[in-house]
Amino acid sequence: MNEFKPLPNLPPPVATAGVIGWLRANLFPSPFSALLTVLGIYFLYITLVPFLDWAVFSADWFGTDKSACISGGACWAFVTSRIDFFIYGFFPTSEVWRINICFALFVISFAPQFFDAFPYKKNLGIFSLTVFPAISYVLISGGWFGLVEVSTEKWGGLSLTLMLAYVGIVAALPFGVVLALGRRSQLPVIRTFCILFIEWWRGVPLISVLFMSSVMLPLFLPEGMNFDKLLRALIGIIMFQSAYMAEVVRGGLQAIPRGQHEAADALGLGYWKSMLLVILPQALKLVIPGIVNTFIALFKDTTLVLIIGLFEVLASVEAVVRGAQWRGLTFEGYVFVGLCFWVFCFGMSRYSQKLERKLNTGHKR
Amino acid sequence: MASTDFAVQMINVNKWYGEFHVLKDINLNVSVGERIVICGPSGSGKSTMIRCINRLEEHQAGQIIVGGIELTHDLKRIDEVRREVGMCFQHFNLFPHLTVLENCTLALIWVRKMPKKKAEEVAMHYLERVKIPEQMNKFPGQLSGGQQQRVAIARSLCMNPKVMLFDEPTSALDPEMIKEVLDVMVQLAEEGMTMLCVTHEMGFAKLVADRVIFMDAGQVVEENKPEPFFNDPQNDRTKLFLSQILNH
Repeated sequence: MNEFKPLPNLPPPVATAGVIGWLRANLFPSPFSALLTVLGIYFLYITLVPFLDWAVFSADWFGTDKSACISGGACWAFVTSRIDFFIYGFFPTSEVWRINICFALFVISFAPQFFDAFPYKKNLGIFSLTVFPAISYVLISGGWFGLVEVSTEKWGGLSLTLMLAYVGIVAALPFGVVLALGRRSQLPVIRTFCILFIEWWRGVPLISVLFMSSVMLPLFLPEGMNFDKLLRALIGIIMFQSAYMAEVVRGGLQAIPRGQHEAADALGLGYWKSMLLVILPQALKLVIPGIVNTFIALFKDTTLVLIIGLFEVLASVEAVVRGAQWRGLTFEGYVFVGLCFWVFCFGMSRYSQKLERKLNTGHKR
Repeated sequence: MASTDFAVQMINVNKWYGEFHVLKDINLNVSVGERIVICGPSGSGKSTMIRCINRLEEHQAGQIIVGGIELTHDLKRIDEVRREVGMCFQHFNLFPHLTVLENCTLALIWVRKMPKKKAEEVAMHYLERVKIPEQMNKFPGQLSGGQQQRVAIARSLCMNPKVMLFDEPTSALDPEMIKEVLDVMVQLAEEGMTMLCVTHEMGFAKLVADRVIFMDAGQVVEENKPEPFFNDPQNDRTKLFLSQILNH
């Protein structure tokens, strides 16, 4: 009788593995590619080296005004001397510890999300979406528990940017999900409302939304009734971004096969349970790249609040580089602001990639 | 009148997809414990018919009564019926983001309100019955088709249904895996479960069915016990169908 014997598995050839294999496959697979590799390295050399020299090696780091910058490199002295203003805006110096506590809580609740081994990530996630914003609001605005009240006109800098972005993100996602579900609803009233809402907010530029909220809205409100400018801008941002979010989420909902709805129905889960337990977890996972895209766009769009006179980080930096002490440092100013934004956006992007890998259960259907 | 003697009763059921008349005057009484196999060419309405029983499809005329509850637009009743009727699909439709065990416990926890620990015991019991307990912590995407379908059967059985519907449970499987699924279904039939199976597995029909129903063009063409159905079909359409599926 002939017995079936599978052949043994052999290791791959040496030339295709290891460092040499990698160099060969990725950098020098053909003469043309080798040429491109060399040219690429040369290009990096002629651009990166002068930039690093300007930005790091011959930069001036400390000083009290522009005269401290004499070495010809970047003048970072304005950043180091005005860093408090860039971070806290006009927040009273004696109360800055309240914002610092919020920053600390922020780091404590998000840093562990990057480590797989940390056990309480889920609870920490819920904390950062619910309790953390509440604590931060109480701490920063004050007026409770003997804290001095700090009006929102004094909020500013990077802390204001982060606040706007954080509240925008935390609110826009659930609103967007509800709108997306509503747009796919069987009930004509709900569906029509959601379509109108989404198409309206998506159809107007964010700048006009912000102008409307700060200039037009007070005209329509009854005399004496006036609510906070920051709150109005925030509501505008949330409405605007949740319309975008809704369409991203709807894309995910549409990608879920009908069989998943049917299986959930057949088990008797009903609409809300099947959405929350079966459909949305899969749909949201599918559109993580789109959701993070919207988050990043939202984060950068917060700079637009400067046109209605809110001093977020870009406006604070601009105010300083237009002032007498540091006049003309616009280039350094924009590089600094760009770096601030890039750090946070890159962090979000990395986290989303990690999340995608983690949630991948290897099922393509 | 609704009768509780029947597990499922369909009285003059008609259904249209837009202009297309898919089900024409379907009358079907399924007794408790009866095993019915439904066959017929594709597009004959057999899947649509069993999908009407748990309201995955809505019928436009006639009555469908499941376990004494008539299906109407009343969502409460639909949920009640769905709790009593289990269903297995051609493409399994397991929830890919949940493990095998979580797939089985989901409805127990959220529909039956069972504590998690108890739900897991129930789920393990049924996973053992479909001979797959060792896969409990894997995700559906890591299992073979036959294993997935057995998990799907276990998931339905966890809800302790009075009726099980099978919508071509083996037609998406590789030939090597059909037997493991059919074995589970035979075992289930032998334990007295009321079953309606849309399938082309005629061996299975001969082995366990109390009645075989042949459908074409939205109507029941012929129904009979398996032995006379296969050996002595009355209708020419049935004869043609059987000659095509049995002689290849």
